[in-house]
Amino acid sequence: MAAPKTKAIALFDRGILERAALESVRKLSPRHMLRNPVMFVVEIGCVLTTVLWVRDLFFSSPSAPLWFSASVTLWLWFTVVFANFAEAMAEGRGKAQAESLRKTREETSAIRRVDGQEETVPSSRLRKGDIVIVEAGMLIPGDGEVVEGVASVDESAITGESAPVIRESGGDRSAVTGGTKVLSDRITVRITSNPEESFLDRMIALVEGASRQRTPNEIALHILLVGLTLVFLFACVTLVPLALYSGVELSATAVVALLVCLIPTTIGGLLSAIGIAGMDRVLGRNVIALSGRAVEAAGDVDVLLLDKTGTITLGNRMATELLPLPGVRVDDLADAAQLASLADETPEGRSIVVLAKERYRLRARDVTRLGATFIPFSAHTRMSGCDLDGRTIRKGAVDAIRAHVEKLGGRVPDGLADMADRIADAGGTPLAVSDGDRVLGLVHLKDVVKGGIRERFARFRAMGIRTVMITGDNPRTAAAIAAEAGVDDFMAEATPERKMTLIREEQARGKLVAMTGDGTNDAPALAQADVGVAMNTGTQAAKEAGNMVDLDSNPTKLLEVVEVGKQLLMTRGNLTTFSIANDVAKYFAILPALFSGVYPEIAPLNVMRLASPLSAVLAAVIFNAVIIILLIPLALRGVRYRPLGAAALLRRSLLVYGLGGVVAPFLGIMAIDRVLQAMGWV
Amino acid sequence: MTLLGWTQILAFALAVLLLTRPVGAYLHRVFEGDRQPLPRILGPVERCAHRLCGVDPRAEQSWRQYALALLVFSALGVLVTYLIQRTQHLLPLNPQDLAAVDPALAFNTAVSFATNTNWQAYAGESTMSYLTQMAGLAWHNFTSAGAGLGVALALARGLTRRPGADGAPSKTIGNFWVDLIRSILYVLLPISILGALFLVSQGVIQDLSAYRELTALEGAKQILAMGPVASQEAIKELGTNGGGFFNANSAHPFENPTPLTNFFELLLIFLLPAGLTHTFGRMARDTRQGWVIFAAMAVLFFAGVSAAYWAESQGNPALAGVPVDQSAGNLEGKEVRFGVAGSALFATVTTDASCGAVNSMHDSFTPLGGLVPLVNIQLGEVVFGGVGAGLYGILVMALLSVFIAGLMVGRTPEYLGKKIEARELKLAMLYVLIFPLVTLVLSAWSAVASYGLSSLNNAGPHGLTEILYAYTSGAENNGSAFAGLDANTPWWNLTQGLAMLVGRFLMIVPALAIAGSMAGKKVVPAGPGTFPTNGALFTFLLVCVVVIVGALTFFPALSLGPVVEHFLASAGRAF
Repeated sequence: MAAPKTKAIALFDRGILERAALESVRKLSPRHMLRNPVMFVVEIGCVLTTVLWVRDLFFSSPSAPLWFSASVTLWLWFTVVFANFAEAMAEGRGKAQAESLRKTREETSAIRRVDGQEETVPSSRLRKGDIVIVEAGMLIPGDGEVVEGVASVDESAITGESAPVIRESGGDRSAVTGGTKVLSDRITVRITSNPEESFLDRMIALVEGASRQRTPNEIALHILLVGLTLVFLFACVTLVPLALYSGVELSATAVVALLVCLIPTTIGGLLSAIGIAGMDRVLGRNVIALSGRAVEAAGDVDVLLLDKTGTITLGNRMATELLPLPGVRVDDLADAAQLASLADETPEGRSIVVLAKERYRLRARDVTRLGATFIPFSAHTRMSGCDLDGRTIRKGAVDAIRAHVEKLGGRVPDGLADMADRIADAGGTPLAVSDGDRVLGLVHLKDVVKGGIRERFARFRAMGIRTVMITGDNPRTAAAIAAEAGVDDFMAEATPERKMTLIREEQARGKLVAMTGDGTNDAPALAQADVGVAMNTGTQAAKEAGNMVDLDSNPTKLLEVVEVGKQLLMTRGNLTTFSIANDVAKYFAILPALFSGVYPEIAPLNVMRLASPLSAVLAAVIFNAVIIILLIPLALRGVRYRPLGAAALLRRSLLVYGLGGVVAPFLGIMAIDRVLQAMGWV
Repeated sequence: MTLLGWTQILAFALAVLLLTRPVGAYLHRVFEGDRQPLPRILGPVERCAHRLCGVDPRAEQSWRQYALALLVFSALGVLVTYLIQRTQHLLPLNPQDLAAVDPALAFNTAVSFATNTNWQAYAGESTMSYLTQMAGLAWHNFTSAGAGLGVALALARGLTRRPGADGAPSKTIGNFWVDLIRSILYVLLPISILGALFLVSQGVIQDLSAYRELTALEGAKQILAMGPVASQEAIKELGTNGGGFFNANSAHPFENPTPLTNFFELLLIFLLPAGLTHTFGRMARDTRQGWVIFAAMAVLFFAGVSAAYWAESQGNPALAGVPVDQSAGNLEGKEVRFGVAGSALFATVTTDASCGAVNSMHDSFTPLGGLVPLVNIQLGEVVFGGVGAGLYGILVMALLSVFIAGLMVGRTPEYLGKKIEARELKLAMLYVLIFPLVTLVLSAWSAVASYGLSSLNNAGPHGLTEILYAYTSGAENNGSAFAGLDANTPWWNLTQGLAMLVGRFLMIVPALAIAGSMAGKKVVPAGPGTFPTNGALFTFLLVCVVVIVGALTFFPALSLGPVVEHFLASAGRAF
């Protein structure tokens, strides 16, 4: 896996803190507050109590001491400011992350080709469809597609991967990203996006809130919170006449304090911060989400479609074993296999040479020095090898070697087919080796499953997510690899059409499907899938079709995105529960305080033994504001995700956030009350 | 508290438990089965009824059509009942020559019965003629229960229906007319007839004669009100209506003569609401889904009945230190033949279900004992609840529970495989908001307006409880009275009428809308990541949500009423 590109930003980075503090006051503007009805209600309450305090200061003799209404008012304002601060923090962190990406996209000049003429222009003036020339040592001025030439490109600025990658026209490796550097050669690139539309810009805009849209679950939760706010609004407003009947004259400050404590300000204040932080966390994993909705959908995914090659297995097959036919010495087979592979530059060929060297202590020999004639692989013969001292050494597919040997008048032993079948059953590919008209044996080429992948899939199974391996292999090979990797299902001999059908079938059954893809022929499936993660190395078409782009082009990243999506929902759900559970203690703090003047007999309800009615109300209001600040780290980091079944997860969360939500404010309010008392305030 | 008292309560609970499955299965067969029971006898009657009403039993309705049919039907019912009351002096079956009912009271009563509330701002024996009772009021006892049953079934259908064989989502939720006719023909009428016969055998009267004048033991003249009581009594409980033939309701010996009839009447109240949970389980193809809801209801029932029985057994705290024997508990306003246990059980059951029949004076309960019926209603009448209303009420709560649980496990919430999205949540919140809005606003208004306060018989927190109870009972369509309040004034008649209308129909419409939008949803197969709604954890969560939604809303108001009264009474102050 690539090293993380954006270095982890400290939770309380000083610069971000300062900017967020400023921002949290600026966000008090009603236009901004209207987006969050819960906090808007708090702000209206603040304005009301402030106006009343000023009135009391100059004109009338208030029922409660002025310092009390001033402190309550002040802490009510803090409640709003703290909520804004949380949002500003999340935005600040997102921006900082985006900023480090944006640095790579600083103004560069580009050579644009217009009507055969070349001209130098700033990259910001480039438009979609422009053709630019990029030479060695230059930065690629924008996202685009190579239309001509081949070059090695340093994409470390984007991916953190230091090894240069090859980018060439046509095929799956034609996409280039703005801000990456051409190391060698010269390529012609067609710009595929206007500068402000590139993926990075889209992501930055999302984080900055300019184009942030609420996700479906966020909208639903908002409805719940607004509903609860209305319920408490009824309860508090009608309490005034009900108290009047009982001979209690409630001050507006007290009613506002009660209302603010009861409405779900904790989750209401942190909701947008949680959403932004989710995007930040995805970005922190070098994945660009093109919408918040995509991140949330990732948490709901039921089925993951994973390409075998690159995701489940290392890209190439490796020789793992040599199987001589009866009567053949294994050293002879190793010798022939190595001779046949010496000039073979394919990874499979090299792995044979390495195997022969390491397992059978055959030193690699120089083909030219041996005077051998190298016979390269051709699609026609489906064999490769060399001719040496009259020996014709070949390796190739079993049936190709069989045909070759029989043409030379040799005979293929009966055991060969069985041996080949056994290798295929084990998920490998058999490669036959012959010397002259004699078959020596087989090389077992094996797909190597990535380390740790099995455990990862087990985690997913525990979360209720099914993994499906997609491969072009034949069913037998596919089944063996699927069993080794521990996926739940596989699709062998896959074609883009069959992939598409599979996605549609799963979706028709109500499942949400996620997939990764890079090639142009993946584009329709990426678009059809609920979560489509396109590899950054992939084609422009694939990137446009998906709703996330993985800058590292690491297909297992999908697994992390799913976890972030789940974390996002869980953080919201748990803080909602916490927020509502808090109300129990607040009732026990505030209600006895409000009514004890007329009904001193109600004292037993003051279970926290708060010093005085004034300190009780003040302590509740302070707790309500401070808890927002205390929960900011949780909102930004997200609750810890554990791959447990839903019921176990819920039981644990109910214990922590439900029971904890009931108990915590009792302790907190009591502590604040004692501090106020000790300071001689009340 | 006594062993006998607890035996009574546990025997009742056991009887309900045993009846739930057969009743639920029967209801499932009636409404969802291919072959209704007794096809030879009732089949032709049903077909005839469909033909007479011009109903095509196979034509299903969208939620809008279903709601419209229900609203129009109820509106017509209100109108007809209003007219019968206004003209009862001209109509037959009025041996006492009772006058036409006053317009505000007639409006209040017509609405009250059409909404399954059966709030009674009148005394039956001195206000309503036999015809009014039988044609005007008993009609609603059947149809309002039938309509509630229909809404519950419609919501259950919306939640449980799968897309058809062609994969096309279902857009319909049943047919109101079919549900209504079947509920009366197969369920309400047969059980009521059997129930009435049983009650007659126990001494409940059933005649159409004029009131009788008797000479009591001490020689005073007494007029005994008569009437067709038994026939009305059975449906009063079975349909969770609660409107008594007599003013004293089920405390009257002609309505509820013995502890056995008391037990029987209690059973009738819970019979259909409990059975419906099992019907729901069958519709969901997983009976545990129903039992989980039953369990949540049972938990809340036991919490209520234990609290009420305990509080009433303690006696009145205000009388502590006074030479009064309170060893039998607080017997003020209770019938000795039922005792503290039988009265506390009845008060709990009648307010758990939206019945509203009473066999004791809730006004005379201790502050905490009286708190129980009030809180029961404020929980939204989902503890078994009204016929149908209980199920659709708790299903809305289940949706809210699942929503929160879903977020907590990191998945878009789904109930029975169907995703709960913004639209359903909006409707569910609307459903939840209506009741506190109406109750709190009207209570607060009445608590400071002279025309509201003039009806009070008690001062202080007890008076506030009386006001709060009245609107709570009206808006939640319970209909029981805390009493101690002169409800027959223009202000109370009109505002209560409004509360009942809003509390019934503005909650039914969102419930049906949820049914409609859930019906068309795709079904996601459950996996290990899905939160299971058929286990004990869901029961726990559901109980929490019901309590929190109810308690958080009303706690401030309650703290000024029964809660403070309790502390004052303990300190020796009474009102």
